[in-house]
Amino acid sequence: MSIAMQIETENAVPAASNPIIEVKGISKIYGSDIVALENIDLAFEEGQLTSLLGPSGCGKTTLLKIVAGLLKPSHGEILVKGKKVHGPGPERAFVFQDFALMPWANVMQNVAFGLKMQGVGKAAREDTARHYISEVGLSGFEQKFPHQLSGGMRQRVGLARALAVNADVLLMDEPFSAVDEQTRRKFQEDLMRLREVEKKTFLFVTHSIEEAVYVSDRIVLLSPRPGRVSQIIDPDIPQDIGPDELRRNDVYLDTVESIWHGIKKYVE
Amino acid sequence: MTLLGYRVPMMAALLVWVVVWEIIGRFDLLLLFPPFTEVLMALGDVVTSRSFAEAIRITALSYACGLALAIAVGVPLGLLMGLVPAADKMLNIWVNTFLSAPLSALVPVFMILFGLGTPTVIVTVFMFAVWIIVLDTRAGVQNISPSLMEMAHSFGASHAERGKIVLLAALPEILAGIRLGMIRGVKGVVIGQLLVSIIGVGALFSLYQQNFLMAHFWALILLLFAMALTLSGLVGRLEKRIEYYAGVRS
Repeated sequence: MSIAMQIETENAVPAASNPIIEVKGISKIYGSDIVALENIDLAFEEGQLTSLLGPSGCGKTTLLKIVAGLLKPSHGEILVKGKKVHGPGPERAFVFQDFALMPWANVMQNVAFGLKMQGVGKAAREDTARHYISEVGLSGFEQKFPHQLSGGMRQRVGLARALAVNADVLLMDEPFSAVDEQTRRKFQEDLMRLREVEKKTFLFVTHSIEEAVYVSDRIVLLSPRPGRVSQIIDPDIPQDIGPDELRRNDVYLDTVESIWHGIKKYVE
Repeated sequence: MTLLGYRVPMMAALLVWVVVWEIIGRFDLLLLFPPFTEVLMALGDVVTSRSFAEAIRITALSYACGLALAIAVGVPLGLLMGLVPAADKMLNIWVNTFLSAPLSALVPVFMILFGLGTPTVIVTVFMFAVWIIVLDTRAGVQNISPSLMEMAHSFGASHAERGKIVLLAALPEILAGIRLGMIRGVKGVVIGQLLVSIIGVGALFSLYQQNFLMAHFWALILLLFAMALTLSGLVGRLEKRIEYYAGVRS
């Protein structure tokens, strides 16, 4: 393969210099015999955006929810900053595929929800919420209700809610899959910009190869039934080019192509 | 509806029946039907009578009590069934049985248990209204999107806060249940009073029937129909104000 990227073999633990999240021997078995995840070992570096990529049924969302503390693993453990995880915590914030907004609450109340749960006072949490509402480009929509917003705008609310709690890690479960393609592209570009500003660690679940290659520092390719780590890819795409240039970049296109070849055998 | 190019008002069909009624009454074709005009005149008589005011008071009271009881029991029971699968398994068949059972048949049993008075009517209203409230609340809780609860969990919501979210998320269905319960409750209060027949509207009905005041009898029926329709219209309007987010939940 001519493209510059590093491919590690199955089940190898990548040496992360500064892991903020460590996934150690995680297995998830549903019922008595449905193995969703089998012996996953991973480490996620601070400040990086890692994508979990794979065909449907490979357990990528399950893995993300285990990291979030929303699901209990059957075996293994998750360490966040060296501490074992027993449930959701303030250092991790989740962005949901279907947005999971409260329909009876306006944008301001939805974004401030996490802060309210942490006991932040009304004035302080509304200040923070207002800042992140403008950060995701929704200034002026504070008093609108979710049903008055488009799908893309709803997900921006979900993103602002996750940013507002100032967690170190953002866990995003196919955040752009429920919005249309144009909105999705805009969203990806905004996400790249947000990464620069916010300096957070992102864990990003997607089934879109293009999206993964476009936004990620590292891609973890999962294989289905049982879910295992099949490849770890660090796309070596030049940092300084714009989004339009990038979509035509050779390294980008080759990486997409090679991932597709790796994944094709699972898609029937 | 239009007829020969003219717009026919919605109540026009009723008008036809009123005319038929008037003709039957005028020609004494059926013993039970006095002319409609007589019924209208009796209407004034009924409304202004002291026994009518008392009957409405006692009817409204037993209706309100029965309904309040049905909501106070129905909503928590529905929440329990929606949240706890074991409770649902145990109770679901009974709730469904009572929902479709001919509850009027049970009123004589209530009369033995609660006496010939308002308590029996209250229990009848309760029994008519509660089951649909339980089932709708249960459906509301079961329809809550799992990700909304995961969201609450992941952002560190306390148990009380999560309970509030369950209640708010299920609110459209709960209100639909209460509306249906209110309509069923009207049937309950009338049937209860008819069977007890010494209080409220039921007593009036027996009075008019026994003295063969058919015009008064029909006037009272018209009044009850109108009140039941108005009530359900009011609740429907109230529900619409909350319903706006039922269709947009994600």
